[in-house]
Amino acid sequence: MTITRPRIGLRSATALGAAALSLIAVGCSSGGGSSQNAGGGGNATSGLTVPTANLPVPQQVGKGEGQLNLIAWEGYLDPKWVKPFEQQTGCQVNAKYAGSSDEMVSLMKNGGGGQYDMVSSSGDADLRILYAGDARPVNINLIPSWKDFFPAFQSPPFNTINGVHYGVSLQWGPNVLMYNTKDFTTPPKTWNVIYDPKYKGQVTVPDNPIQIADAALYLKTSKPSLNITDPYELTQTQFQAAVSLLASQRPLVEKYWDLASQEIFDFKNGNAIVGAGWPYQVSSLKASHFTIGSVVPSEGATGWADTWMLAAKAPHPNCAYMWMQYISTPKVQAEQAITYGETPDNKLACTYMDQMQPGSCAEYHANAPSSYLASISLWKTPLATCDNGKADCVPYSGWVNAWNTQVK
Amino acid sequence: MTQADAEVQTRRQQAGPAGRWSRVSGALWRRPWARATLLLTPPLAWFVLFYLAALVVLLITAFWQINPFTTNIERVWTLANLKTIFTTPAYLEIIGRTVGMAAAVTVVDAVVAFPFAYFMARVASPRTRTALFVAILLPLWASYLAKVYSWLLIFTHGGFLDWSLGRLGLAQVHLIYTNWAVFTVFCYLWLPYMIIPVYAALERVPASQIEASQDLGARTWRTLRLVLFPLALPGIAAGAIFTFSLTLGDYITPLLVGGTSANFMGNVIYSNIGIANNVPFAAAMALVPIAIMAIYLTGARALGAFEAM
Repeated sequence: MTITRPRIGLRSATALGAAALSLIAVGCSSGGGSSQNAGGGGNATSGLTVPTANLPVPQQVGKGEGQLNLIAWEGYLDPKWVKPFEQQTGCQVNAKYAGSSDEMVSLMKNGGGGQYDMVSSSGDADLRILYAGDARPVNINLIPSWKDFFPAFQSPPFNTINGVHYGVSLQWGPNVLMYNTKDFTTPPKTWNVIYDPKYKGQVTVPDNPIQIADAALYLKTSKPSLNITDPYELTQTQFQAAVSLLASQRPLVEKYWDLASQEIFDFKNGNAIVGAGWPYQVSSLKASHFTIGSVVPSEGATGWADTWMLAAKAPHPNCAYMWMQYISTPKVQAEQAITYGETPDNKLACTYMDQMQPGSCAEYHANAPSSYLASISLWKTPLATCDNGKADCVPYSGWVNAWNTQVK
Repeated sequence: MTQADAEVQTRRQQAGPAGRWSRVSGALWRRPWARATLLLTPPLAWFVLFYLAALVVLLITAFWQINPFTTNIERVWTLANLKTIFTTPAYLEIIGRTVGMAAAVTVVDAVVAFPFAYFMARVASPRTRTALFVAILLPLWASYLAKVYSWLLIFTHGGFLDWSLGRLGLAQVHLIYTNWAVFTVFCYLWLPYMIIPVYAALERVPASQIEASQDLGARTWRTLRLVLFPLALPGIAAGAIFTFSLTLGDYITPLLVGGTSANFMGNVIYSNIGIANNVPFAAAMALVPIAIMAIYLTGARALGAFEAM
């Protein structure tokens, strides 16, 4: 199984060739319905509101519509758990796989265009989707398994605004510190190692602007004078400090990896001995008996978390609610966690995971204490308006710009 | 009305549908412009609608901006994107690096391709020539990604290259994730696009001209420089259009074998679409290679490249 988890900026290699085409396609399609979503001046000041916040929510799930159109990451709609759902509910699942967070945002424009019902978007895209008015409030009481979720994923800030849910959390994973145990006989305890000139030319980190948050997280403890509270909400000074740190890291980096398979290749071939990566890479390397270790260092780590969000113009809302109910159940959560290599949000999934693959619960931290979760800063879209309402944070477009012009 | 006129009249009336067709074809035969219009309209419409229209949309998009919040496109005319490109040192460096790489790849491919094409066109037996053609064309049928990944295996730490150097008792070079690796792979990938037009140009050189040059006392080097090279120049220029433009637009090879400084124009465009969803900026960046190619093609035309294609 080759997983090239398409995080922001990560497209599977097969999709690479289509980019010239998509340049034109995106240029043609994304013009529609644009400026009214700018927020009527709300972007410059505080008080950003979700346009759909007051839409009514259903009090019960009605009869299924027979169809369900889902936008998902590749691998998220495995027949293993989609088939039983179709048999149980009579809702036929039609999958549309997206290659990047931005493709998901584009597909969800205009509330899914009355075509799509849900999207399995990541924390870096969620806020963009819901502040554009493309997601719809969800009555979370209609999803029984939600109460078995780890508290951190019941109402996380990336899909719940002012107590209103815009979908149901799905799975998550941390960005861990990976190291070759041959070179590190004692496990490193801090992210310091990936900024240490000692390991020049042996470091690998993701080729992704969100990496700025990793640097900010490190600076949060190593440089308290910067007063960083949230690595995704950085003022110009804090942002510049993180970018400078990454610029000084660049000479040490052997490769900014784009695909999970690249990082596995580089560790195996000795091109890198330490770096940042996902549990998927760690377990793949372990499975081939490679000397790999991983740790969430003392500063904590960043991580991704996915949500099934409900489109504002979902044409099949009842089937969508049935899907949210189904995908949240512990057994299905366990199946997806093992198949994809991520951590379930339902705490009851652990037993099922160990039944399916002994030891997998601990391997993917599905039974980890809440302190483990608390050490992870989950991805969210950096916005110009900070949580305190002040508009002095650096928005995501600034992150991309800095990554391309100052870091790389 | 004479008898003959009446006959023509009746014949015309009797002619029916077949006669109408022949009249149409007759009318078209008499009016070449009408014939050309009729034949060219469908392909031209396709070209204008799907190719030029898309390009125009791209050009227009370059003068818009995105809302940094929602990343929706805001249709307000602005030169901000182009200004950013031409005032940011990093982007200027990227443009310079890309053009430099494309030029270097073109020069090296031309130097390698010329003797190869000469051998094929003038020395090799027909059998050898066929074999060489197959050797050149076969890699073109192989998957692009497979070829780049195989170079990754050659360059990697302890890979084939380092292993071979080690066996020879030489120092290891660690080419992986450097721009030298990107350069080598580009040279390899685009070489066939240079060899074929140069071969075509050299094959067209009449043997009599070379003999005449020798009869007049010119040695090999002089014949090459004063006879063969000028005649092959359109072919080299034609090949150079391919190698230059292909290098200018490629972003996958830098992504796979390039290191931390393998940031080229294509990569900037790719990351602005794929990551930032900043299509206007990507479109503005895409204007740069278009402008460079326009200048380049004007130069190539002066060298007669279009006759060689």
